[in-house]
Amino acid sequence: MADNDVWILGASMTKFGRYRDKDVIDLAADASMAALTDGGATIHDMDVLGAGNLMEASSGIGQRIQKQIGQTGIPVFNVANACATGATAIRCVYLAIKAGEADLGLAVGCEQMGKAGLLGASARSDRNVYEPSGRYGAVMSVEGRLGTTLMPGVFAQAGMEYAGQHDGVGFEQFAKVAEKNHAHSTLNPLAQYQKQFSLDEVMGADMMAYPNTLLMCCPTGDGAAALVLVSEARLASLSDEQRRRAVKVSASVMTSDPWTDSDQVQPDVNTLTRAAADRAYEQSGVDPQDLDLVELHDCFATAELLHYDNLRLCAPGEAGKFIDERGPWRDGAIPVNVSGGLISKGHPLGATGVANLYEVATHLRGEAGDRQVEGATVGLTHVIGLGSACAIHVLEKAAA
Amino acid sequence: MSARIPLVDYLVLDDGAPYLVASASTASGALYFDRRNADAKSGQPGFERRRLADTGTVRTFTIVHRAAPGVPTPYVSVVVDLDGGGVVKANLVNVEPDPAHVQVGMPVRLTTYVAGTDDEGTEAVAFAYEPA
Repeated sequence: MADNDVWILGASMTKFGRYRDKDVIDLAADASMAALTDGGATIHDMDVLGAGNLMEASSGIGQRIQKQIGQTGIPVFNVANACATGATAIRCVYLAIKAGEADLGLAVGCEQMGKAGLLGASARSDRNVYEPSGRYGAVMSVEGRLGTTLMPGVFAQAGMEYAGQHDGVGFEQFAKVAEKNHAHSTLNPLAQYQKQFSLDEVMGADMMAYPNTLLMCCPTGDGAAALVLVSEARLASLSDEQRRRAVKVSASVMTSDPWTDSDQVQPDVNTLTRAAADRAYEQSGVDPQDLDLVELHDCFATAELLHYDNLRLCAPGEAGKFIDERGPWRDGAIPVNVSGGLISKGHPLGATGVANLYEVATHLRGEAGDRQVEGATVGLTHVIGLGSACAIHVLEKAAA
Repeated sequence: MSARIPLVDYLVLDDGAPYLVASASTASGALYFDRRNADAKSGQPGFERRRLADTGTVRTFTIVHRAAPGVPTPYVSVVVDLDGGGVVKANLVNVEPDPAHVQVGMPVRLTTYVAGTDDEGTEAVAFAYEPA
């Protein structure tokens, strides 16, 4: 099996933020070129390209990137899979290497959102004469009239369901997640925001959808991230330095949401995360308690808390206790989102599922600077695209 | 009396009290508010129409303060576990939109409200839940 393993050879991300002087192709090309350079490779070494983007998904994003960095005729997979888009691009390259069709490949995720406000909340004029339309025969938008399906509310409801089932979980525990991630981001120069807030400031910020205040919601923004993946066999032929810095992909798993009764009206982010985590731990042979760091999908503070339990980072039902005891802080039992997470590092949709692997790989290489988790040898990344898609990767440092 | 139309087609407004209907899989009993080719639970085709209960309990909630344009705030969004089966999302009305007054597990019952009136005077009737 060892010959069939896949490794990260190069990794890069742009700073997340808002770019008025660059478009999404510029950002993707910057990240791609930097990842190739980081891995000591060129576009001519690549056998496959996976390109993830959501807002311009039908625009041939991978081919547009090739026109910036090199048109070599290799197959391009353009993918869109909600917030798991970037991870899906990685999966395309990973599978091509696993299948023996490629030795080296480039995966890039990119997005340009600007300041988009509340996603999905664009004004829609109601009909002047009511006429049923769509799958539910609706005569007007049901948003806000039959509950909410906008993201802050959906994830608030996911959190409150957990709070209703478990003692010791409430507004304060959810707010502590955001307090932590804002604090962590102050050490990450690539984060969109690097500002610390007290727990009182987090809880006192404008309420979006209880219990998520503004400081508990990720921002919209722009950015890109890229990875160069390589087969174990090809890696063996590369330089000592390339092999020393290579990071092993010990598990790569994707799931979608299985049927549940409530999932029909309110996306369930737990079932598919739990299934993916179980498979990732089995595939890698890694135990959750072995993890030195985790980058998980904290699109809202409520979501992060659920995933402590879903990813088995805490005892069942004890996510509240885990944050109360500072377990996921950078000096805690299992550091979570030392990058600042989506809440403060930012969440350019298509880039997120690549950027989290960049973050973990950078720590495993011992190159994370001020935010380095000392001695990190194994880490996990997790993304959720609502609807739903989940991707989990387990990464391990190369043996000395 | 002005003409009325349901906000969505799974709300039935006839001569009696308003109620919700769903498609129930004949294979598994799983319930859906829209048309399906096969049951998402069992993969089997075959559905029958089923009237759902008017009462249930709050499975989860949020209180929305920042909403889509034109939606009055704050309002309470709930996911309700209906007695006898079915899960539905709606607004919770006739309650203070405050976490002190809304709890997971609270019993609720179906109600309706007028969500709007079109240029011909037809009222769009929405369903909601209120504390039971």
